[in-house]
Amino acid sequence: MDQSQIAEVVERYLKGEMDAQEKMAFEEARKNNAELDQSVVEYHFFFEEMGRYGELRRFKSNLYDSHHTLQENGEIKELQLSAGTRIINMWNKYRRVVAVAASIAGITALFISGIITFFTPNRPIRDIEELRRKVSNLEKQSSNQRAEINNFKTKIEPGADVKFGGTSFMVDQKGYLVTSAHVVKGAKRVFVQSIEGIDYLAEIIKVDLTTDIAILKITDEDFKGLRQLPYGIGKSKTDLAESVFTMGFPKDEIVYDEGYLSAKSGLQGDTMSFQITITANPGNSGGPVFNKSGEVIGILNARQASANGVVFATKAKYIYSLVDEIKKSDKDENINLKAASTLKGASKPEQAKKVQDHIYMVKVVLS
Amino acid sequence: MAIQDQELSVFRAIGKNDKKAIESVYSENYTLIQNFVVNNNGTEDDARDIFQEAMIVLYEKAKQQDFELTCQIRTYLYSVCRRLWLKKLQYARRIESRVENFDKVVSVEEDLEDHEKLSLQYQNMRTSMGKIGEPCKSLIEAYYVHQKNMHEIAGFFGYTNADNAKNQKYKCLVRLKKLFFAQYKNG
Repeated sequence: MDQSQIAEVVERYLKGEMDAQEKMAFEEARKNNAELDQSVVEYHFFFEEMGRYGELRRFKSNLYDSHHTLQENGEIKELQLSAGTRIINMWNKYRRVVAVAASIAGITALFISGIITFFTPNRPIRDIEELRRKVSNLEKQSSNQRAEINNFKTKIEPGADVKFGGTSFMVDQKGYLVTSAHVVKGAKRVFVQSIEGIDYLAEIIKVDLTTDIAILKITDEDFKGLRQLPYGIGKSKTDLAESVFTMGFPKDEIVYDEGYLSAKSGLQGDTMSFQITITANPGNSGGPVFNKSGEVIGILNARQASANGVVFATKAKYIYSLVDEIKKSDKDENINLKAASTLKGASKPEQAKKVQDHIYMVKVVLS
Repeated sequence: MAIQDQELSVFRAIGKNDKKAIESVYSENYTLIQNFVVNNNGTEDDARDIFQEAMIVLYEKAKQQDFELTCQIRTYLYSVCRRLWLKKLQYARRIESRVENFDKVVSVEEDLEDHEKLSLQYQNMRTSMGKIGEPCKSLIEAYYVHQKNMHEIAGFFGYTNADNAKNQKYKCLVRLKKLFFAQYKNG
């Protein structure tokens, strides 16, 4: 028996899938063959560990889900506190002073905000639309057709519930992609589709709901890795009226659009994002916002429902923070971001041509 | 104090990875732990990590046949979190002279020693899984973590039939076992 046969036999033995006769023969063979016996002992231990590993992974994923459900229902509230060591020390020292000052400030703030609320006209609380796209039957059909024409076997099993689409872009050519967190919300499985129409299986590595960024990794065996990325993830400052462009999948084909940076903060003064004026549609969510040098300066995530062309994007620097977090918590993932772009000075069509290979449609399977 | 039947049945359900039970214990206890951690030099993220680790300890104990719950789940979780958090504070060299008590405490030292052993083993398997590469990693995860059957896996990974997928699975397992034991001996 070779090793993989031993593995199979031991697993069947442990699961009790052997009938009495087979079981007896197996136990007999173990007695007469010390080497086999040793292997069986090892596999026994290994399968127990494997089982425990699987169970704990499922338990952890239930914990994770519970946390998010409760957070969404408002049963868990995040306290707004930041704690660096220095702040803690100062806090311990000046606790009482701070408490008095804070209560005065608090009362004043409450008073002022009370006045403001009183005098401000009512506005809808959620004046914003997330730009993920509902994949309609028609679009599904057209992508199926194209898949057939190109003679690619689609990896998404027929009948799978493909619910939402969005856009993602490569940040490390080893297969790491960035998209918006709301695009992959509730996903059981995620596929990304290249502009050639090939589906790749991807895994969600990290999600940050505050900044609305998610990092995906293509785990598909067919994925071969790409050439160096032509663009960098920008660290430099952005300016008002700077011209920007984006590429994404509001339909089943990649779409280019141009606009300009219209405000340095997002909806209601949100400093984690900025505002651009551009045409964006459901499906553009998660797409990159490039400046004229071809650096990614943001990730498109939402538009204001009440105003045409007003779109919000999370600032690109939060990609760096999220990648740092991954590095801290998970040594297995090795993501390298680069800041330099090789697209400086190139014309728009050239830039678009080089960029498009690195932009992927996101397809989310909910069940 | 006698432990009520309902408390015990929730505890057993946790051991069976029951989603409803997890959610109810989570919602009933999270705020207590969050307040405790945040009021003792921790952040939101610390609170979540500590709480989830304590939930894992609870789960491990609930699976253990000979373990008897002698206090309320709330007290148990709080005691574990308190111990874990103090340990972390010491480790980070920012010991508070006095940590406020939010709730009753029971001794959990031994339980945490067990937990440490188990989490080391889990980490071993995790590291080995990280080294095995694709498609083995996804294939093994599909079977042992996501509990797909061989038929589904064959379709998903593009094998012609369940038997082929099964053969591939065992080939992967042989490699994983080697990595696992190499890791086990080093660790």
